[in-house]
Amino acid sequence: METLRGRVWKYGANINTDVIIPGRYCHLTDPQELAKYCMADLDTEFVDKIKPGDIIVAGPNFGCGSSREVAPVSIKASGIGAVVAPSFARIFYRNAINIGFPIFESSDAYDEINEGDEVEIDPDSGTITDLTTGKQYQAKGFPEFLQQIMARGGLRGYAEEVLASRTQA
Amino acid sequence: MGLTISEKILARHAGRDSVEPGEIVMVDVDVVLANELSAALAIDEFKKIEGAENILRPDSAVFVPDHFTPNKDITTAKLVQRVREFALSQNARWFEVGRAGIEHCVLPQNGIVGPGQVIIGGDSHTTTYGALGAFSTGVGSTDVAVAWAIGKTWLRVPPTFKVTYHGQLQPWVGGKDLILYTIGRITVDGATYMAMEFHGEALAGLPMAGRFTMANMSIEAGAKNGIFHVDDVTREYLASVRHTSYTEYSSDPDAHYEHEIEIDASQIEPQVAFPSIPENARPVSQAGDVKVDQVVIGTCTNGWIEDMREAAQVLRGHHVAPHIRCIVVPGSQEVQRQMVKEGLMEIFMDADCIVSTSTCGPCIGGHMGVLGEYEVCLSTTNRNFVGRMGARTAEIYLANPAVAAATAVAGHIVGPDEVVGRRAAA
Repeated sequence: METLRGRVWKYGANINTDVIIPGRYCHLTDPQELAKYCMADLDTEFVDKIKPGDIIVAGPNFGCGSSREVAPVSIKASGIGAVVAPSFARIFYRNAINIGFPIFESSDAYDEINEGDEVEIDPDSGTITDLTTGKQYQAKGFPEFLQQIMARGGLRGYAEEVLASRTQA
Repeated sequence: MGLTISEKILARHAGRDSVEPGEIVMVDVDVVLANELSAALAIDEFKKIEGAENILRPDSAVFVPDHFTPNKDITTAKLVQRVREFALSQNARWFEVGRAGIEHCVLPQNGIVGPGQVIIGGDSHTTTYGALGAFSTGVGSTDVAVAWAIGKTWLRVPPTFKVTYHGQLQPWVGGKDLILYTIGRITVDGATYMAMEFHGEALAGLPMAGRFTMANMSIEAGAKNGIFHVDDVTREYLASVRHTSYTEYSSDPDAHYEHEIEIDASQIEPQVAFPSIPENARPVSQAGDVKVDQVVIGTCTNGWIEDMREAAQVLRGHHVAPHIRCIVVPGSQEVQRQMVKEGLMEIFMDADCIVSTSTCGPCIGGHMGVLGEYEVCLSTTNRNFVGRMGARTAEIYLANPAVAAATAVAGHIVGPDEVVGRRAAA
């Protein structure tokens, strides 16, 4: 996978899906439409200030609350390249993996990386480099099964393989 | 080493004798739930899956349009139309407005969910059915689409967090108070990735309504699922909804628990979760002077007939305070029908409440009771996040139906004794 590089936008703990994409926009399904309201109830300037490739660094339990897949969809469509957090709420975690959006678990990165820092992430190794401070962090590895899903760009590829093998059998 | 109830159900559905926490397993799914929001995205994804033309097991796919229904505007009407067409063309189970209600009440009441099943749903409160001894968890739309296509889903086997409630519950204390207290104690990520397994003699007399509410809100502690063991209360409920064929699982005495806490439930009084996170729970007696603009009683968390009876018991003979809007939302059409039969509708209407049709509307700031700037709401729903029920500046407090009813009468947050006692004295 390609190296990710961008400027950091930092947020706190327990960022829930209601502030990532409020319920009033959850009837939308077009990613570009959803992108317009990303973080609407957390940071009203978010969509105007970010640039493609920028990286969110946030506190523990990122994405808690609702199962809405439009939460990672809106972040991905907004242009954000990845989210780094000490931990992710479980449905957000699986949604991100299922749609092929990069997430990385690291407590040290959250503790030490500052807003505005330029950060580079090697998705394959999980190495996070803060180019502003020169420090490096190692994100927690993913289980093999999830790596396979990510390598296929999401869960759909896995389902297609299962269906293909059933047809052959 | 023994297995927990969650591990046993997952092992069975993975075709294995046992599973271990942390490993990822592919499991057969008995029920796949979707509402109109999660379904719309899932349908788009399903159509992109090469080789998937039809839902593998249409009778396992359940659709309940409930979030923005009855349709709030043309956009949501179109969305529901699209989902309806898909569900009907797939011969899946479609629950139309007027014959249904909120998904988490509809599925149990129709006997669709029961002990020993693996259930996934495109809604985080799918954890509700753990009250019946099922392994039930919320997932995203891609998960729903893939489960439609292949009949399976991937799950990381959760370690289990055992919570035991001792003692006898105080008056006006129910499932909502136990779960709010517990979340207050362990925080909103205290059980992240884990199975919450509920035990203890304090739960023996707890009706299904209270158990559904606890399992429903286990997600608010970050849990993957919340689960109860089957007992006579469960069996009686299952018989009443004609869910007759099922397997009961139970945790082995030597099962491994990642965490265990013991709670003296006799010390818990009705709880109120302050803005803007469910872990901000405190006893109602310590709520202080909080004036409210709106009270919501019901939805998927406290929308059962038992909840309606509790609220009506407090409201009977009283009026909602003049500046307050009190919105009652039965969990389903069936609950509402029972409310009519028992005369509860009259009590609510005489008390100046509005009784809404069954919908998720106000809980997600969708419609039927959206909050304006700086308004304060006390609600029996499950989340008090910023912006959840409307404006970003609005504040949400969470409590049980009796506290909600008493608050509607008093105009500020109070416990039910202050209102019920007042009538007795008068």
